[in-house]
Amino acid sequence: MDANIYQEQIIDLYEHPLNYGEIENPDFTYEEDNPLCGDVIRIDVRLDDEGRVADVAWRGDGCAISQASASLLTEEIKGKTLDEVKSFTSEELLGLVGVPLSMARVKCALLSLKVLKAGAYGIPDPGVMRTHD
Amino acid sequence: MFNVEDVRRDFPILDTEVYPGVPLVYLDSAASSQKPTSVIAAMDDYYIHYHANIHRGVHRLSELATSAYELARQKVARFINAPTTEEVVFVGNATEAFNLVAYSWGRTNIGPGDEILLTEMEHHANIVPWQILAREKGATIRYLPIRDDGTLLVERLDEFLNKRTRLFSFTGVSNVLGTINPVTELVEAAHAVGALAMVDAAQTAPHMSIDVQALNCDFLAFSSHKMCGPTGIGVLYGKRELLEAMPPFLGGGDMIRRVTLEGFTTNDLPWKFEAGTPRIAEAIGLGAAVDYLNHLGIDAVHAHEQTITQYALESLSEVPGLSLLGPPGSLHGGLASFTLGGVHPHDIAEVLDKKGIAIRAGHHCAMPLHQKLGIPASARASFYVHTTFEEVDQLTAALHHTRSVFRLN
Repeated sequence: MDANIYQEQIIDLYEHPLNYGEIENPDFTYEEDNPLCGDVIRIDVRLDDEGRVADVAWRGDGCAISQASASLLTEEIKGKTLDEVKSFTSEELLGLVGVPLSMARVKCALLSLKVLKAGAYGIPDPGVMRTHD
Repeated sequence: MFNVEDVRRDFPILDTEVYPGVPLVYLDSAASSQKPTSVIAAMDDYYIHYHANIHRGVHRLSELATSAYELARQKVARFINAPTTEEVVFVGNATEAFNLVAYSWGRTNIGPGDEILLTEMEHHANIVPWQILAREKGATIRYLPIRDDGTLLVERLDEFLNKRTRLFSFTGVSNVLGTINPVTELVEAAHAVGALAMVDAAQTAPHMSIDVQALNCDFLAFSSHKMCGPTGIGVLYGKRELLEAMPPFLGGGDMIRRVTLEGFTTNDLPWKFEAGTPRIAEAIGLGAAVDYLNHLGIDAVHAHEQTITQYALESLSEVPGLSLLGPPGSLHGGLASFTLGGVHPHDIAEVLDKKGIAIRAGHHCAMPLHQKLGIPASARASFYVHTTFEEVDQLTAALHHTRSVFRLN
């Protein structure tokens, strides 16, 4: 196993994130930070008439792992139903990220999924986005 | 001046390979220092040869353990030039020392409308206990600002200290910026308005000499584990008349003189504040750490760190895109905090870790300071008695490598 977690895909996504931005009038939006490292991610989701993910966008600050994971996750859930989003597992996301992570960095990788699921389950948005730029 | 190669042989952990073939480059002493053999051996010796509970036992081992525990207190008292051992209270760590003062002195002396002055560069340990106290008592907390160069705006002290100020609590050395603060001047300013002064010496005690009588501070706190000693023990120094007037913090065995069903009377200082079986092995280890630092010479420790830090600041400033935090020159304690382009500090730390280099990344328990600086986190390399120029070179090279991993070239 290659111990280097900064493989092509991760750095590519760090340079060119997918689905970065925001959506006007999303069906749900949620944000959470990981105060330990200062990562923060917000995800907006708009559903189509059939309840499938029609559009999704994310923004935030963070390490290459949390950012790459947000790109991969948002790309993956396009077209999925809300139930499919809710049942998307941590293992599936870690599989998409595809690099070996230490315990501490697994949290970085899973922040986007935590945010997405909180939104999908209708947890009220804490709305405390703090960007640092 | 000591020989660094000799010093390195005192720290067995420096022989560790963190990954196969990758030796440890430990640049995280400001978070917790490594331990010399003498400290580990002193604690082993206690556990192997004379472990027993202290102060109450009549038997031989208890007598030996009590003597060793109280000898450690004498060593610490001399190390900070405390007038008496009664003013040296063993606590869990610097954080507990702040909580002890906030709980015991604070709840007796702080009321509605009173002010507590802190600074913008404090560690959470010197913020949150006061926030808890202020919330409970209706007091106000104010923060002395810092300049862009990471030094305190001392000339604005007059605006922040007034007759309502009951306490000015500040750090001697910033754990993020490295700033060495003018402690004597700050203590005098607090006293001039009738406030007490408490010093966070967690980043001072490991690195430079402390004379609490010369500083004239009212309270001073530090942790053992950052100064070659074990985890689990720290020190609260307090002026005797203050400690005597304060109610006890934790109740239980050892802190009492007499207990009846109706009440209790407290023990003498310092045991009044040491409830329950204390950290005996840890105190003995801390005593050995003090011996070790005295053996090297605390002024030589400081001089070595200054040399290494200057070299590191110069080397790092030549890494493109790297921004150093904190003041330049002799005002800078033994650490270098920085950001590198847009690379998140955790990513920097991860790349460095694969090269065996241990640094700290995050907010270093100083979130308000990072907000002030406008950055979510920073990376920090910190230096100690065993740090070599070669290790700084390895750090610099690894940061160049980090740039290439993140395609910053």
